[in-house]
Amino acid sequence: MMTTQQPGATTIPDPQGAPAIELVGLEKRFGSVHAVRGLDLTVAQGEIVAFLGPNGAGKTTTIDMMLGLSMPSAGTARVFGMDPRDAIGRGLVAAVMQSGGLLKDLTVRETVDLTASLFVQTRSVDECLERAGIADIGDRKVQKCSGGQQQRLRFAMALVSDPALVVLDEPTTGMDVTGRRDFWSAIRQDAQRGRTVLFATHYLEEADQYADRIVLVRKGQIVADGTGAQIKAMATGRTVRATMSGLSDRQLAAIPGVDSVELQGDSVSLHSKDSDAVARYLFANTNARDVEITARGLEDAFIALTGDDDQQGA
Amino acid sequence: MTDYTAVQVVPTAEHINLDRKVPAHGGFNGRLLRIELLRVLRNKRTLIFTVLLPLVFYVAFGVPQSSKWRGTDFDPKAYEMISFALYGALAASCAIGAGVAVERAQGWSRQLRLTPLSGPSYIAVKVITAMITAALPVIIVFVIGASTGASMSTGAWPVSLLLTWIGGSLFASLGLFVGYLVPSENAMQILGPGISLLAFAGGIFYPLAVMSDTMRTVASFTPMWGLSQIARYPMLGGSFDPMWLVSGVVWIGLFFAGAVWRFRRDTSRV
Repeated sequence: MMTTQQPGATTIPDPQGAPAIELVGLEKRFGSVHAVRGLDLTVAQGEIVAFLGPNGAGKTTTIDMMLGLSMPSAGTARVFGMDPRDAIGRGLVAAVMQSGGLLKDLTVRETVDLTASLFVQTRSVDECLERAGIADIGDRKVQKCSGGQQQRLRFAMALVSDPALVVLDEPTTGMDVTGRRDFWSAIRQDAQRGRTVLFATHYLEEADQYADRIVLVRKGQIVADGTGAQIKAMATGRTVRATMSGLSDRQLAAIPGVDSVELQGDSVSLHSKDSDAVARYLFANTNARDVEITARGLEDAFIALTGDDDQQGA
Repeated sequence: MTDYTAVQVVPTAEHINLDRKVPAHGGFNGRLLRIELLRVLRNKRTLIFTVLLPLVFYVAFGVPQSSKWRGTDFDPKAYEMISFALYGALAASCAIGAGVAVERAQGWSRQLRLTPLSGPSYIAVKVITAMITAALPVIIVFVIGASTGASMSTGAWPVSLLLTWIGGSLFASLGLFVGYLVPSENAMQILGPGISLLAFAGGIFYPLAVMSDTMRTVASFTPMWGLSQIARYPMLGGSFDPMWLVSGVVWIGLFFAGAVWRFRRDTSRV
């Protein structure tokens, strides 16, 4: 077990200044399938990041490498500047998986208690049950719990080590509306304390609503990275609606930034990738009133950016 | 960062601590062991097969034996006591072994990999759980045996108890192997009748001493023959047949190798 090292060669992990997640040139091949193809991602501490992509985009494969559950074929995954296994050993990382990972013959409380026993630094079991909204079913056997309750239990297990990074794979699957609200409220409270959150979800609205940043993945590569608003604008632009008179559709189309025009009497719809500039122009130079800027939903952006154009889904 | 004005956020001053330590002993701890043992004691089916059944068998088939079997000079009660205690011990360790495979199939092992618990510590917990579970029927059957007149030399009691316990525990490998072959709760439904069959064939349910020569030859090629003979050796006396040891090592080795083979096949996909 003893290794001789040069003085100074010992690497004492310094998680303080390191990014929560740092993926560099990450690749994963399964035989002929190239699931992750050179993925670079840096997540700063305290960020809430949504990881979005169609099935088979390589999200779960990437998460597995991030958690040290599988080894990259090329590239590196670091968590708080450490090997993911080291970070997990220190209790810096917790993950909520979509399914499985529970013992049916344990009670809810025993499951969290067992999990807590494995870490050096923990929150109290009661506190975690309370925060996950399952304090009242602590004595219930896991097999008697509904899907939503089991998902709350996985969340309680993730909270118990007070991790600095939580990775969530479809976290609110099976939860009812109340469950989701409680869940995200707990997540946000902890973000205030500097906890980093990365979640994969199919609830695109959830990503838009709760993430600081959305990372879109397609065929093992990142195709877009930005705020929900940026992502939406990137794919679809926005529509500026106004009531105005005096300009022909040709004049409207000449406004800087306008991509297309729809004119119905006094009602004007201008499509643009830079709606701010268009709105500014309208206020400064025209008699436009009732100005309204709308974005198309993230759903549309998601489909536009990740749509499979060559039927080569991996 | 995002401004969540719609939600009341309780400000928590205390920042998430980044300076963490790795747990001692790879995460091995008493709370974990206690919960693992509790799981066994709560499982009625396991307790019926591993504790109640051997006890009932001994009371039904061992206790009534009053005269010595033809051509032998040992106490048949003691012979049956050791046999049924061994059966209980191996059924218990089989159940724990199969449980490991079931846990893996249910994603529990993966969940544990997201905690500081190390692989060796997990194995240690399971080995200790299997040994304690296997000790239960051995101790109970031996105590009942002693109080119903089973007799052997004073020195033979502790040694045969130990050999029965250890021999039975080694069958965790069979449970593990079958568990990996049939990774679901059905594993025990195959193992239950399976080990009963092997117990008949190997001279545990049906004493070797009263078997025909042909049957005895067949028995010597089955998995429980060697280890059961070793467990009875302190009581039987006479000469130690090295083939008992060979049989035990080969069979247990095969079960472990089979478990490792299935395990590798399974992980290569993940």
